[in-house]
Amino acid sequence: MKEFISKNQVCKLHPGQQVIGKWHRKSYKIVKQLGYGATGTVYLAHGVDGAVALKVGAESMAISSEVNVLQQLSKVQGQHLGPSFIDVDDIITSEGTYPFYVMEYLEGEPLIPFWQKHRPEWLGILMVQLLSDLDRLHRIGWIFGDLKPENLIVTGPPYRIRWMDVGGTTMKGRAIKEYTEFFDRGYWGLGSRKAEPSYDLYSVAMIMINSRYPSRFDKKPSSAPYKQLQKAIVNDTILKKYQSTIEGALQGKFSEAMAMRKSLVSQVGSSDSRREYKVTRRTQAPTKQRKKKKKQPAKKSSAIFETFLVGSFLLLVYILYWFGQMM
Amino acid sequence: MSRGTLRQILLLTDGCSNTGEDPIAMAALAKEEGITINVIGVIEQGQMSEQGIQEVEGIAMAGGGVSQIVYTQQLSQTVQMVTRKGMTQTIQGVVSKELEGILGKETSMEDLEPEKRGQVTEVVDELGETMDLDILILVDTSASMKSKLPMVQEALTDLSVSLNARTGDNQFSVYSFPAKRKSIERRLNWTPKLETLTGVFDKLSSGGVTPTGPALQEALNAFRKRMKKKEQPIDEGIYLEEPGM
Repeated sequence: MKEFISKNQVCKLHPGQQVIGKWHRKSYKIVKQLGYGATGTVYLAHGVDGAVALKVGAESMAISSEVNVLQQLSKVQGQHLGPSFIDVDDIITSEGTYPFYVMEYLEGEPLIPFWQKHRPEWLGILMVQLLSDLDRLHRIGWIFGDLKPENLIVTGPPYRIRWMDVGGTTMKGRAIKEYTEFFDRGYWGLGSRKAEPSYDLYSVAMIMINSRYPSRFDKKPSSAPYKQLQKAIVNDTILKKYQSTIEGALQGKFSEAMAMRKSLVSQVGSSDSRREYKVTRRTQAPTKQRKKKKKQPAKKSSAIFETFLVGSFLLLVYILYWFGQMM
Repeated sequence: MSRGTLRQILLLTDGCSNTGEDPIAMAALAKEEGITINVIGVIEQGQMSEQGIQEVEGIAMAGGGVSQIVYTQQLSQTVQMVTRKGMTQTIQGVVSKELEGILGKETSMEDLEPEKRGQVTEVVDELGETMDLDILILVDTSASMKSKLPMVQEALTDLSVSLNARTGDNQFSVYSFPAKRKSIERRLNWTPKLETLTGVFDKLSSGGVTPTGPALQEALNAFRKRMKKKEQPIDEGIYLEEPGM
């Protein structure tokens, strides 16, 4: 977006500036800029109840459309889908009047750097979390649309993927409002831009590919797009593990988020990953457990038995973890 | 509310007009007739000349539309964004007028409470999704544009992917300029399928002149003809399919 030469006047707020809403008279003190997008700039600010994120834009249409979405999402039961909505108002500056809205401030780590720092199983786990949330969104008749790492954040610990920017959320059945080419099935010629669950699931697959190709890549004019993506999956050991899920999503084979989630869950917990998981965990395993094992008489089969024991213990922990996630 | 038709001209160019009528004046005329003009200035690298930028912005402003200057690599996304924005802007204009009628003069979106704005936004969104769209695409194919045409073609195909996801109907037609002995040449007659465009830019009659003004005038004529044809058969001609000229 940055290369665009925009005509829209943007409202610049500076740290320390006091923002008072024209309609609701609530006041916010600007702390710093957090980022900017197509529709406005997001600031960290202090409200009466603590830290909030404040987005100021130039077009009241765009801002009020985002507010509509946030308000819809806040009606969903359970954990918040996206940041919770706090306030909407106008700010009067010497340059003019600008619309803004205030939402929950989500503190966390961007998705791609998080994955680069943590063990590979976090790829599958965060995507499973994301699919659960998408399922809830789809059930109330909305499609996320512009699903990409920039619009997501990992909060915690305990680590949980959250939606940061829901500006592209579109009513089911309509045309997708906003998209980013790499994550858009229309760009890859693999589907329409109609807002339906499979549109979001395609983007989830592309996020997974993006996790292993952080700088992304363009569509090659020479080869068929699907073949190109398939190659990218097969050439990466981690993606290859999820090959059938990713390919299914790219081909629009999952009609709902839960179907893709199910497929992914089975692969996160596959034997391949458990072995990998075990190896690292073993070095970090509690010393007590190790000592106990050492005391055991050294039999030929003990090593195999031990491996099996540790393996099943970890599997149990894993299952319990999953249970926790699902509650 | 009956479904109306939005009418747009999308102009893709890379520089200044250098012959014929003033394109800004033609754009103003189009606006009077209810046709919005969006303009995309396409550049390969570096920057567009100040004069070029002014013309691009000037035409869009006079034509009640949106303009954007963009590098060829980002053309696809820009074309659909500008078209969308232009539609929203037109609808918003109509809705604002309605609001003025209901709530008194000089009531704009900004004068409404933020809560009420949300409802207006909903209406605008809904109309943007369901209204029919006639879009005449006018492509500058003068010599300097030649290398950019494959990207233009790709961007237009991409545009049809975006627009065909809407509930409302779309009709596209494509013209290029300059042409032999006339201002513009028809490359594609009104059709809901812009994909059929493949290869139409291959045989080109490029020259040194860029008659943007006359081209706009001709595009306007083409639109007028279409509107007349549509009006003739039945009072509510909107639901009729194309008589296939």
